[in-house]
Amino acid sequence: MKLETYKFRSRMRALTDGAVTAMAILATVLVVAPLVAIFGYLVFKGASSLNLAFFTHVPKPPGETGGGMANAILGSGILLAVASSIGVPIGIGGGIYLAEFGRGTKLANAVRFTADVLNGVPSIVMGLAIYSLVVVPQKHFSAFSGGVALGIMMIPTVCRTTEEMLLMVPHAVREAALGLGVPNWRSVLSITVKTASPGIITGCMLAFARVAGETAPLIFTALGNQYWSSSLNQPIAALPLQIYVYAISPYDDWHRLAWAGALVLIVLIVLAVSLVRYVTSRGVLKGAS
Amino acid sequence: MGVGIEVINLNAWYGTNHTLQDINLHIPANHATALIGPSGCGKSTFVRCLNRMHETNPIAKVTGTVRIGDLDIYNDAKPVEIRRRVGMVFQRPNPFPTMSIYDNVASGLKLNGYTNRRVLDEIVERSLINSALWDEVKDDLKKKSGASLSGGQQQRLCIARALAVDPEVLLMDEPASALDPISTAKIEDLIFQLKSQYTIVIVTHNMQQAARVAEKTGFFLNGRMVEFDSTHKIFTNPSDKRTEDYITGRFG
Repeated sequence: MKLETYKFRSRMRALTDGAVTAMAILATVLVVAPLVAIFGYLVFKGASSLNLAFFTHVPKPPGETGGGMANAILGSGILLAVASSIGVPIGIGGGIYLAEFGRGTKLANAVRFTADVLNGVPSIVMGLAIYSLVVVPQKHFSAFSGGVALGIMMIPTVCRTTEEMLLMVPHAVREAALGLGVPNWRSVLSITVKTASPGIITGCMLAFARVAGETAPLIFTALGNQYWSSSLNQPIAALPLQIYVYAISPYDDWHRLAWAGALVLIVLIVLAVSLVRYVTSRGVLKGAS
Repeated sequence: MGVGIEVINLNAWYGTNHTLQDINLHIPANHATALIGPSGCGKSTFVRCLNRMHETNPIAKVTGTVRIGDLDIYNDAKPVEIRRRVGMVFQRPNPFPTMSIYDNVASGLKLNGYTNRRVLDEIVERSLINSALWDEVKDDLKKKSGASLSGGQQQRLCIARALAVDPEVLLMDEPASALDPISTAKIEDLIFQLKSQYTIVIVTHNMQQAARVAEKTGFFLNGRMVEFDSTHKIFTNPSDKRTEDYITGRFG
């Protein structure tokens, strides 16, 4: 090859490299920008209405100033606890079945298909379904029914990420366990699931964060509540519901509280996810992959 | 102590592929036996039939008799029991990545419900000494993951893990093929020491390795065992033309 040609090609390669790198950086910025913009706007609109009363008081009737969302923060916490205690075990159990025991069976294919369809069910439809399955027979709205609606919405995400993460565990690791004379079920629970656990936890967190902000499934189930309630059998307030009600109200004071509520919701989700990450990352060994 | 292995009319399939055909041989106790042959000749399948790992593949099938000591492994016992008596070391080191060095070695016992701390400590130490890894890891037993070790150390960790359940037979499927020469030499030294306590069957592509570590050598070709004899005889004066061609590098 002539020296000229070589120099030209080398320059072209450097140019292409620069262009691709620039595009990757641009894409990264575009990914991060909406998050930063939303969060910045929430801080801008909501931070000024945040005070101690917001976290300690229940809403005031229209016309009176002040009041907070303490009942909605507690309510969201209760709803998410119920939802997680339904969605996480069922989802993980289903994922383990799909990846480890049912591989290639008709039942597994049916379960996988159902999970994908369930994932696509609009959240308002989920609310209506739980309304007719739980609320109508019980004859009252309740925190329990809201938690069930959110919990069922968590199942497909948890289930499919668990399956994907388990399938990523190298075959060699499974063989190592079998080669030691470990029964299959034991090897699945103690080796495969444990190896995949960081990914499985990420899946659970994704599902959690997604349903934490859901409003539609709660309209016909948890209903919302202007007063203190921590009972599973009573209607209960939730941050997204409260934000919705306040945002469409005609009062400026409530609009400001809605912005503050949105900010608190996002911060609480980030805190919850970080806490789980921190707790589960303790005890990870040096050099563990 | 190791026990001998008697293989009678062993046949194995992957789907419709007849990968092992009419294998008969006697593997002596407390010796190292090497299995050589070109890729795809069935030697890996053969060792996987000795601890019933072959059948973990849903399309796999086995017929024939394998006796380990007095135990007819395909009729008298469950696969998990066999695998506790017949340890296996794989081609690529495969420590459990989320476990510490200590837990890796103890895993076979712990996962089978063994919990006595003092005894576990003893077994872990003895196994790591036997696998010539103790001095390199004794300070980090519970601090470091098994995956943080170098490839050669990981393979010795896997050997320690296999030894910890106190097997009678140790199967090694190309245990050094992913390792550098120094690590390979360490593994070979180890095989030399271990055969006083265990019956060792080692699959290898490396004929010098077979000559160095094994008293007996079997030559596999196209799913059949062509020749089985003392290593010295196989490498200096094979009775079969095909063995001679392979040994002298004319094919494979």
